[in-house]
Amino acid sequence: MLKTDVVVIGAGAVGCAIARELSKYDIRVTVVDKNEDVGGDASKSNSAIIHTGYDATPDSLESQLVVAANPMYDEIVKDLDVPFKRIGAILPAFTQEQFDKLPEIKAKAFKNRVYDVEYKSGAELLEIEPNLNPEVKGGLYIPRESIIDPFILVQALAENANANGVEFLLNAKVTDIKTENSKIKSVVTTKGEIETTYVINSAGLYCDEIAEMVGKAEYKVVARKGQFYILDKKTNCQVNYIVLPIPTKITKGKLMCPTIHGNMLVGPTAEDQESKVDKSTSAEGLASIEKDVRNLIPNVNLRDTITQYSGLRPNRNPEGLHVDTYEDLQGYINLSGVRSTGLTLSVAMGKYVAQVMLNIGAKMVLKDNFIKTRKGIVKFSEQSREEQDKLIQENPLYGNVICRCETITEAEILQAIHRPLGAKSVDGVKRRVRAGMGRCQAGFCGPKVLEILARELGVAPTQINKHNDGSYMVTGKTRE
Amino acid sequence: MYKMKFDVAVVGGGPAGLAAAIAAKKEGAEKVLIIERDNALGGILQQCIHPGFGLTRFNEELSGPEYYSRFIDEAKALGVETLLNAMVLEVNAEAKEVYCVNSEYGMVLVQAKSVVLAMGCRERTRANIVVPGTRPAGLYTAGSAQRLVNRQNVMVGKKVVILGSGDIGMIMARRMTLEGAKVVMVVELMDYLAGLTRNRVQCLDDFGIPLKLAHTITRIVGNERVEGVYIAPVDGNKKPITDKEEFVECDTVLFSVGLIPENELTKNAGIEMNRITNGPSVNQYMETSKAGVFACGNVVHVNDLVDNVSSESEQAGRFAAKYAKGELSTAEKTVVCQTGRNVRYVCPHKIAATGESEKVALYFRVLSPEENVKLVVKSGDEVIATKKELRVNPGEMCCVKVDVAKVDDTLTVEVVKE
Repeated sequence: MLKTDVVVIGAGAVGCAIARELSKYDIRVTVVDKNEDVGGDASKSNSAIIHTGYDATPDSLESQLVVAANPMYDEIVKDLDVPFKRIGAILPAFTQEQFDKLPEIKAKAFKNRVYDVEYKSGAELLEIEPNLNPEVKGGLYIPRESIIDPFILVQALAENANANGVEFLLNAKVTDIKTENSKIKSVVTTKGEIETTYVINSAGLYCDEIAEMVGKAEYKVVARKGQFYILDKKTNCQVNYIVLPIPTKITKGKLMCPTIHGNMLVGPTAEDQESKVDKSTSAEGLASIEKDVRNLIPNVNLRDTITQYSGLRPNRNPEGLHVDTYEDLQGYINLSGVRSTGLTLSVAMGKYVAQVMLNIGAKMVLKDNFIKTRKGIVKFSEQSREEQDKLIQENPLYGNVICRCETITEAEILQAIHRPLGAKSVDGVKRRVRAGMGRCQAGFCGPKVLEILARELGVAPTQINKHNDGSYMVTGKTRE
Repeated sequence: MYKMKFDVAVVGGGPAGLAAAIAAKKEGAEKVLIIERDNALGGILQQCIHPGFGLTRFNEELSGPEYYSRFIDEAKALGVETLLNAMVLEVNAEAKEVYCVNSEYGMVLVQAKSVVLAMGCRERTRANIVVPGTRPAGLYTAGSAQRLVNRQNVMVGKKVVILGSGDIGMIMARRMTLEGAKVVMVVELMDYLAGLTRNRVQCLDDFGIPLKLAHTITRIVGNERVEGVYIAPVDGNKKPITDKEEFVECDTVLFSVGLIPENELTKNAGIEMNRITNGPSVNQYMETSKAGVFACGNVVHVNDLVDNVSSESEQAGRFAAKYAKGELSTAEKTVVCQTGRNVRYVCPHKIAATGESEKVALYFRVLSPEENVKLVVKSGDEVIATKKELRVNPGEMCCVKVDVAKVDDTLTVEVVKE
C-alpha cells in the first residue's frame, strides 16, 4: 500500500494550491484526481478572472480569502511564470435604477476592504472603453480585477508542488475513505489504496460525494452551469476592461472581457442543474448571452466566435464557503462551497488550509530547501524575430510551426508532453501551449498533435484521448 | 537571420502557388521561390486521393496527387526554387519582404520584387456555426478527417453523421464508406446542395447515403466520445423546428460547412479585404490593393474546381513577373465589378482599365439556384457579354469572359431569367 501523510482529493486550482503550500513543509503529500490531467473541472472552464472580492458578502470566509488572495498574485505569477494582467473592471450603469445602485455597491466594496473602487462618469467610461453602450450614465472602476491563464495557473501550482516532492496520482477516482477509531486511515482509489493521516477534501463538484464516504454530508453540491463564447482575436468590437453588468437580485449577470491571450470572452449564464457531468451548451443559453451582453456592448460581434463552452460552478446548498474539521473525525478537512471565486481564492486557501493543519496539531516543519519558482514553456510567438531565430538555432524544433493560428511550434508541444506532470491527451497539450486554441480549432494542427503525442508517448494513435478515458480520437487503422 | 533575394516570392506551394510560380518563370522572372509550410508541395491536394481533377484543364480525370505532380514536374524543369517546412510569419507589402521560419535556417528573410499570396483556405468549424451540445472526441472538420484517413491512415470513427453537403463532406462520406464505416446521413441546412451535383451522384446516391436537406444538427451528445446528435428540420428562416427533433446515434460527426480564405498574413499586411469573399480585393491581374502584391486561388475566393484555381493563378504569376521586371503599367482608372440580380460576388473585384483590348474571365457565384438563365455583363446600359446556362447554383462557380476595352465607367454582372 502507498503511504503518505496527506491526501488532497482534487487537482483543481484549490487542491494544487494547497499541495504547493504544504510542500513548503516536511510532510508527504499526495494529490489524487479522477481526471487524466490536473486542472479539475471548474478550474478549467470559468471566466479566468482574478477577483478583488468587492462584491463578496462582507466578513464571510469567502470575502476574507478572496480579498487576501488578490494581492498575492503579483508575486505568485512572477514566481510561477503565469500569464496575468491587472486590467481592471468597470461596472457601468445605463438606467437611473442601475445608477442609483452604485453607492450601495461601492459601500459594500468598502466593507470588503476593497478601498480602491472609484466612481467614474459616463464620459470617462466611454473614453477608456469606447465600445460601451453610449447610454452609460456613470459607473464604478475596480482597478485590481485581473485576468489570468487559469490552465497555466493550475499547472504551475501542480508542477511546483511536484518539484517540491508532492506526488500526483491522476486517473485515480476515490471510491472510499477508511477510518479507524475516529481517525482517517486510508483513501481507496481506482489506482490502489493510500494509507494516510490526513485527508483534504477539495473535490469541488464532487465534494459532497467524498464527504458522504466519511458520513459528513451536511450539504449538497448544486452545479451551476455557466456558458461562454470565445471570440476571435481579430473581432472588430473589443473591450479593454472586464465589463461587468450591475447585478440584479437574481443574477450577477453576463460580462465581456479580454482573455490574457487577446481573445474576447462573453458570458456566463447561471443555470442550476442536477447533473454534475452535463457541460453542454444550449441554443437558449447562448442566445441569452447575446441578448444580455448587447446591453453593455451593443456592437459585440458574436459571429466572430471561435468556440463556446460551459463550466459548472460547485455551489452548495445551504450556501456558503466552508472549511470544516471535526472533533469526531481526526485528520479530515472538508472544503465546500468553493464556487466561482474558487480560482481567485485558491492561493489564499492554500495558506488557510496549511494553518488549519497546524491548528489541528499536524507535525509540519518548514523545509529550508523549498523551490519557490517554476519556469513555463518559452512561447515562440511572443518573442522578437531575433529571439525567435536564436530559439531555432538552439532547438531546431522551434522552427517547425504546428499550430498555425496561434503559432505554436513542435518544440513547445514536446515540452508540454515531456515536462513533469506533462500532457497525455490532446486537450492536455492544448491547455499547456494553446495548440488548437485558435480560430481553426485544431482543424489543421489536430491531426499533427495526435501524431506527435502517439510518437512521443510510444503508443498507437488509437491510445490517444482527447481528455479522459473513453474520449479516443481515432478508432483504428484504415484497411483493417 | 538568413537572407534570400528573389524576383518573385510565392507564399504557398499548393495548386495556386505552383501555377503562379510556373507562370512567373515562363513570363521571364529569373528567380522564383515557393515558400511552403508542409514538407512537400501540393497543398491540400496531397490528401485528395479521389479522382475528378483536371477535367477542364487536361481533359482527363486525375487524382489530386496526379494533378499537382504535373505542375511540380514543370516547376522543377523551369528552375523554380522551393523552401519547404517554412512557415511564413509576416509579409511586408511595401518592402516586399517575407519573414518565415524553418528548422534548418532559423529565421529567414526573403526579399523579393513582387509577392504572390497563395495560402489557400481553412474550414469553418462546428464552433463557427454555433452547434450547441457537448465537446467530446469524434468531432472533426471533413478536411481534418480526410487528412487523418488519407495521409495518416487512421480511421476517425465507425458510425458517422456529416453536417453540410459541401464537396469535401460528400467525398468523405464515400471515403468513410469505402473504409468500412457506416455513414448514417448527410444533413444540409439549406434546401439545396452546397457542393457539386456530380459529387452527390458519385458519393452519396451511388452508396445509398441519405441526404437530408433543410435539416440541421441541434445538439451534440456525449461526454467522452460522441454518442449521437439531435437533428431537426428547419423553417424558412433556417431556425430548427425543435419539436421535430430526433436522435441519431453515431460516434463521429464531420463538419463540411464551408471554407474561409486564410488571410491572416494578408490582413496583417494592411491589404484591402473584400467583405463577401473574405479574401483580398484584386483586379484582373490578381493584384491586391498593395502594388506588387498579388493573390490567387482559395486565398482570394473559395473555388470548387482546382482547374479554375490554376488558370487564375497563372494570371497572378504572369503579372507578378511583369511587375518584378517593371513592365506592369499603372491603370488609367479602376472600375469596380458590381453585383446585379442573383449574384453574390464577382472576382476579380475590380478592373484596371488600360484602354487596351484584353479578355478577362469574370468568376462569380449566384445567391440561389435557378434554371434557364442568361448571365449578363453590362457596362452602363450596354451589354458587353452574355452566356446561357441551363441551371446555376451557389455551389458551382459561373464564368463569363469580357473584353476590358469594352468596359466604360461601370461593370455589372447579373443573372437574368430567360
